[in-house]
Amino acid sequence: MDLKFSNKKITGILTILPEREVSFEDEMHNYNFSNAKSLKLKSALGLNKRRIVEEGVCSSDLCIRGLAYLFETNKLQKEDIDAIILVTQSPDYIMPPTSNVIQGYFGLKHDMICLDINQGCAGYIVGLNQAFMMLDQEAINKVVLLNADVLSPKVSKKDRNSNPLIGDAAAITIIEKSTQETEVFCNIKMNGKGALVLQIPAGGSRLPSSPETAILYEDASGNFRSKDNLVMKGDEVFNFVQVEVPPLIESLLIKASVKKEDVDYYMFHQPNRFMLHKVADKIGVDRDKMPSNVVENFGNSSGVTIPVAITYNLGSKLIDEKFKICLSGFGVGLTWASMLLEIGPLDFCEIIEY
Amino acid sequence: MNDKVLKILNEIRPEFDFSEPVDNFHEAGMLDSFDIVTLVTSLDEEFGISIEGVDILPENFSSIKSIVKLLAKYIQK
Repeated sequence: MDLKFSNKKITGILTILPEREVSFEDEMHNYNFSNAKSLKLKSALGLNKRRIVEEGVCSSDLCIRGLAYLFETNKLQKEDIDAIILVTQSPDYIMPPTSNVIQGYFGLKHDMICLDINQGCAGYIVGLNQAFMMLDQEAINKVVLLNADVLSPKVSKKDRNSNPLIGDAAAITIIEKSTQETEVFCNIKMNGKGALVLQIPAGGSRLPSSPETAILYEDASGNFRSKDNLVMKGDEVFNFVQVEVPPLIESLLIKASVKKEDVDYYMFHQPNRFMLHKVADKIGVDRDKMPSNVVENFGNSSGVTIPVAITYNLGSKLIDEKFKICLSGFGVGLTWASMLLEIGPLDFCEIIEY
Repeated sequence: MNDKVLKILNEIRPEFDFSEPVDNFHEAGMLDSFDIVTLVTSLDEEFGISIEGVDILPENFSSIKSIVKLLAKYIQK
């Protein structure tokens, strides 16, 4: 589905990363593989270190830390917020929505919308789409998009397929109406037939968590995980991305009448370096234009990796400059989406720690 | 080319003998999806190619013969 938005802009991006850092080597002994084999994988995928929360820290904690920072530094005024969108797969509660919890924490005005969206790796683009649609309303001038995922507690420490990849993070993006003529092009696709390719089997209504769902079992590759843990069919996810994402980007650029070489940066979801290099090669863009350094430094934080990639790789550059950026997210759902827009100059573009 | 492929496979999973006839490395549990990532990286480096993502399918890495067939496609390009 092709979407187009006019006269909207991103005015600030803040990433919140847990202070706690763990390295691949620290955890290698947990895996049921030789050190030599694990180190080969580390090199091939670009694994190194990742940020994960301390026990008990939730998605809302990271968001609250970021919002408090923005309020304290006068980068955001409480009374200006007309909507909070939180995209997460790790809400604080099954009910109520975590966005309402955050609104309540800060005592924000009642005349606003709070909305939780359950989305994963494409969650940044899904959230931006929702924000742009809200901004078509006369009453809404400023939307706070929160992307937050704390998935590390849901991953088995003995699962080499997932554990060394996963990181926790949150990001806050401010989206506003613009008086300047701006255009945002987007395309998004979904295929629920592949919904269980990436999943946490237990913990919902279909299979409530129980002592039985917490029992570890060994898969065919020698990884141990329980039904309470995240599981992915890595080869199917990889193939889905390689088949679906390049034509998605090609279609987006054609719709926008933009040549691929005229795009300054391709800020994509960060599953791992190997997968991104193969996508960049297939699309035919310079690997330097598609940063792939998030997993090796911070881990894959699902729907948060795109703002992490932007703040880490562009940071203060975006305070003074404007870039044409192609975003793309792909994974859980299955969902795959891309967006072309100009970003900058921003009021803020930085990383803080929790 | 067979020898080079065999050497790479033995480096990745030294506990198996890849020279023995096996119908399917993947189904026999000799190569998992993460081994294939390591294998592709090694093949790219060894042969100076870039195997496309759409070709990174288990069936293209099921035997020495299928791997060599895939490599031939890139080396002829």
